[in-house]
Amino acid sequence: MTKLTDLTVAGIRDGFRAGDFSAREVAEGFNAAVAGAKALNAFIVDTPDHALAAADAADAARAAGDAAKPLAGVPIGMKDLFCTKGVQTTAASHILEGFVPPYESTVSGKLWEAGAGMLGKLNLDQFAMGSSNETSYFGNVISPWRRNDGGNAAMAPGGSSGGSASAIAARLCPAATGTDTGGSIRQPAAFVGISGIKPTYGRCSRWGVVAFASSLDQAGPMARDVRDCAIMLEAMSGFDAKDSTSLDLEVPHWEAGLSSDLKGKRVGIPKEYRVEGMPAEIEALWQQGIDWLRDAGAEIVEVSLPHTRYALPAYYIIAPAEASSNLARYDGVRYGQRELPEGANLQDMYAATRSAGFGPEVKRRIMIGTYVLSAGYYHAYYTQAQKVRTLIARDFAEAWDHCDLLLTPTAPSAAFALGEKMADPLAMYLNDVFTVPSSLAGLPAMSVPGGLDAGGLPLGLQVIGRPLDEQSVLNAGLALEERAGFTARAEAWW
Amino acid sequence: MSSYRIQGATGDWEVVIGLEVHAQVTSNAKLFSGASTAFGSEPNTQVSLVDAAMPGMLPTPNRECIRQAVRTGMAIDAAINKWSRFDRKNYFYADLPQGYQISQLYHPLVGEGTITVQLDEKDPESPVKAIGVERIHVEQDAGKLMHDQHPTRSYVDLNRSGVALMEIVSKPDMRSPAEAGAYVRKLRSILRYVGSCDGNMEEGSMRADVNVSVRKPGEEFGTRTETKNVNSVRFVMAVIEHEARRQVDVLEAGGKIVQETRLYDPDRGETRSMRSKEDAHDYRYFPDPDLLPLVLDDGFLAECRASLPELPDPKRRRYETELGLSAYNAAVLTAEVETTRWFEALLAECGSQVTAKAAANWLISDLFGALNRLGRDIADSPVNPAQGAELLALIADGTISNTLGKQVFEIMLETGQGAGVIVEERGLKQTSDTGAIEAEIAKVIAANPDKVADYRGGKDKLFGFFVGQTMKAMGGKANPGVVNELLKKALG
Repeated sequence: MTKLTDLTVAGIRDGFRAGDFSAREVAEGFNAAVAGAKALNAFIVDTPDHALAAADAADAARAAGDAAKPLAGVPIGMKDLFCTKGVQTTAASHILEGFVPPYESTVSGKLWEAGAGMLGKLNLDQFAMGSSNETSYFGNVISPWRRNDGGNAAMAPGGSSGGSASAIAARLCPAATGTDTGGSIRQPAAFVGISGIKPTYGRCSRWGVVAFASSLDQAGPMARDVRDCAIMLEAMSGFDAKDSTSLDLEVPHWEAGLSSDLKGKRVGIPKEYRVEGMPAEIEALWQQGIDWLRDAGAEIVEVSLPHTRYALPAYYIIAPAEASSNLARYDGVRYGQRELPEGANLQDMYAATRSAGFGPEVKRRIMIGTYVLSAGYYHAYYTQAQKVRTLIARDFAEAWDHCDLLLTPTAPSAAFALGEKMADPLAMYLNDVFTVPSSLAGLPAMSVPGGLDAGGLPLGLQVIGRPLDEQSVLNAGLALEERAGFTARAEAWW
Repeated sequence: MSSYRIQGATGDWEVVIGLEVHAQVTSNAKLFSGASTAFGSEPNTQVSLVDAAMPGMLPTPNRECIRQAVRTGMAIDAAINKWSRFDRKNYFYADLPQGYQISQLYHPLVGEGTITVQLDEKDPESPVKAIGVERIHVEQDAGKLMHDQHPTRSYVDLNRSGVALMEIVSKPDMRSPAEAGAYVRKLRSILRYVGSCDGNMEEGSMRADVNVSVRKPGEEFGTRTETKNVNSVRFVMAVIEHEARRQVDVLEAGGKIVQETRLYDPDRGETRSMRSKEDAHDYRYFPDPDLLPLVLDDGFLAECRASLPELPDPKRRRYETELGLSAYNAAVLTAEVETTRWFEALLAECGSQVTAKAAANWLISDLFGALNRLGRDIADSPVNPAQGAELLALIADGTISNTLGKQVFEIMLETGQGAGVIVEERGLKQTSDTGAIEAEIAKVIAANPDKVADYRGGKDKLFGFFVGQTMKAMGGKANPGVVNELLKKALG
């Protein structure tokens, strides 16, 4: 019998329903895996009791003849950007260290409602700002993957949902929540060889999720395969009156709708995504993906998204602008850290608290955001960026006249070693070049593993869909998954 | 009044005034959270997670607050913007838990409108002036944080945090303290008619930022100052007087007016600099990404319009034309919505016998007089409209005279009894019994032979003396008409 921790969400769910094992056995298995993988630093807080309590509830329900909850018996990891009632929620920051919310985020609440239990709060880039998981106050998350070059450089798991990515790839949890603002689900998924989907903006409630950039932030699942993403997304999605940007729509039955037959679908290949200096391996994988989708019945067409190259600059104006505002509430007055130097007045207290409480990347983005919103520069930067955003959304809308889906690489490179890019923030921001445009347009987009590069590191393919058409995105993801046959996993060294 | 001038050494100066009135929206819940808005509650008892700006909390607009602002806009004939948007106004201010205020800078809910004021409020026949309203937008109020009460702690009261305010911005159309006072009073009257704000300045439901500049008549606008949070009509007028005088003095001494924010100190009757525009905040506005633009549909607008009451100006015109009231009485009765409500309830209780004019006169002279004396206002009048109507009916049908009516009213105020009961129990009914009256007249004539002679000799004015004597002898209960008639006959 396979180890319980090697099972997928669907595998756990079905095995639990069939009576093959108890939910407690599953929870204990994963709790042990979490406890034994401290070297990855994927979790900020472990919550074995939460997982066990949910497992016991599932076992009791099953004994009473009820195992119907969609995630009964499934323990998961929770990105520490989701507020969890009674459990420390930090957004990987010093300023929120020790903050224990008296409330539960809508998304995490829905997952508990669906029967899931929590293994712990997953590490991330501080306030979800970063693409490598090197900005957490609680230390870097380490990818379970290593290059096959004989070296043992610690690799970046991607970011910001790097703890989620690392934990799933290392079999510390079968699935986890992520949030994606400019690629924070898809890029780390690609880096560690797992799947992740960012749904249409508004599908998942943002209530109770520590805000980074409100107009972009969107929760989504990360898991080992497409089916698990569908199961998780169904549990996480749904209208929430407490979030006025939440979409008042029924949640489709995505898992039931899964089909890798793409006959009648047209898949667009945006020519502007062939960026200069892109590694040949990425180029080759992309071509492979095209062939796979054609094999699945899709018609391939070339499309143009002419404003693609403006997406990254626009994103790095809009997201910091919103972040500078969203993070203003962390002032040391009502919760979290408070630094009060001797003789300090109120302004001094603010400054000391924020200086000590925010990491360098967060400060950099607050400074950028404050600058682009300041009276003299607002129109030069923020207004222009919003216009670009509109043009990018229009590009996609026009592309949908020619195709139903888009296929691109997820990231312009495989994972890099920790420390390799920290000195150059602009190089770091380039990681998001393929994920940001669809974020600006609010579109559903998914990364699935496509293969390994020469260094033995995973590479991801991205499928982007029309607004609300998660089903087609998942289906194309499934078609790629079936053909890629990606079974590689990181050798356990931790 | 429009020729209000400040005399300076270099000649006359004109004052230019614009007001930004913050009016708290009457609603049970805050603008973006479900928390209550009751005044005077214990600190932090009216706070939701949203108001406390807890991590991950999101605002959701309260429909009732939007409705009230739209109705207010309609009441001043303003353009209602079917598409409006909330912006964040970012600045570090100790009392903003989010670190920003949600307001509407670029696309307000309500556009241009007008408020008409009587140039002399005491004279209903005086000319009127239309004062432009630039816009009304909705925004959230701040909380209260005190950082100086404890060496290492901040005291936080977020009861007001997130309470909905309407910011009603006038054009710089006012030219005297009196005009500004009239504007604020009229605005408050309209808000109270509409029911969108209780207008209670003492409790902070309404406060004004007063923009003042001075210029030589006919010249360009001068540099203005803004005096914040002025909380009574009297203070608004005082601020303008002081600030205009101060500016004239500065200018005539060769100085320049600095654009700045000032505070009014009512104890010392002066304004003081709070912060100058140079170190003023860079507010860093941008559209609130947590909120979608506000889009109003026609049904909602129609419902808002249909729910509007008859407003003070049309009501006043109707009182004059339909009810035949004097301009003065119509103005007095429509100035405050409580008065109007009381008056209309009184009319509804009165039978057709009692004229609107009689009811209006009684309300304005007798009831208002009594309320003044008792230091109460009409909302807690000791006499209700039904009781007033009963009294008026007794006067109208001749059961009691006007004079007796006043007497009965006093007893009503003292005892709380109804007019009918009082008249019955105390035998205050007016009598037209000619025999009894004639008997008393005979006595009066017999007792005053010299006055009778004088009267008959041509001193007509003495007639009133005989009326008074007769009435006195009758204990005030004689029908004055009958007394008159019989006296004339008796005196020849």
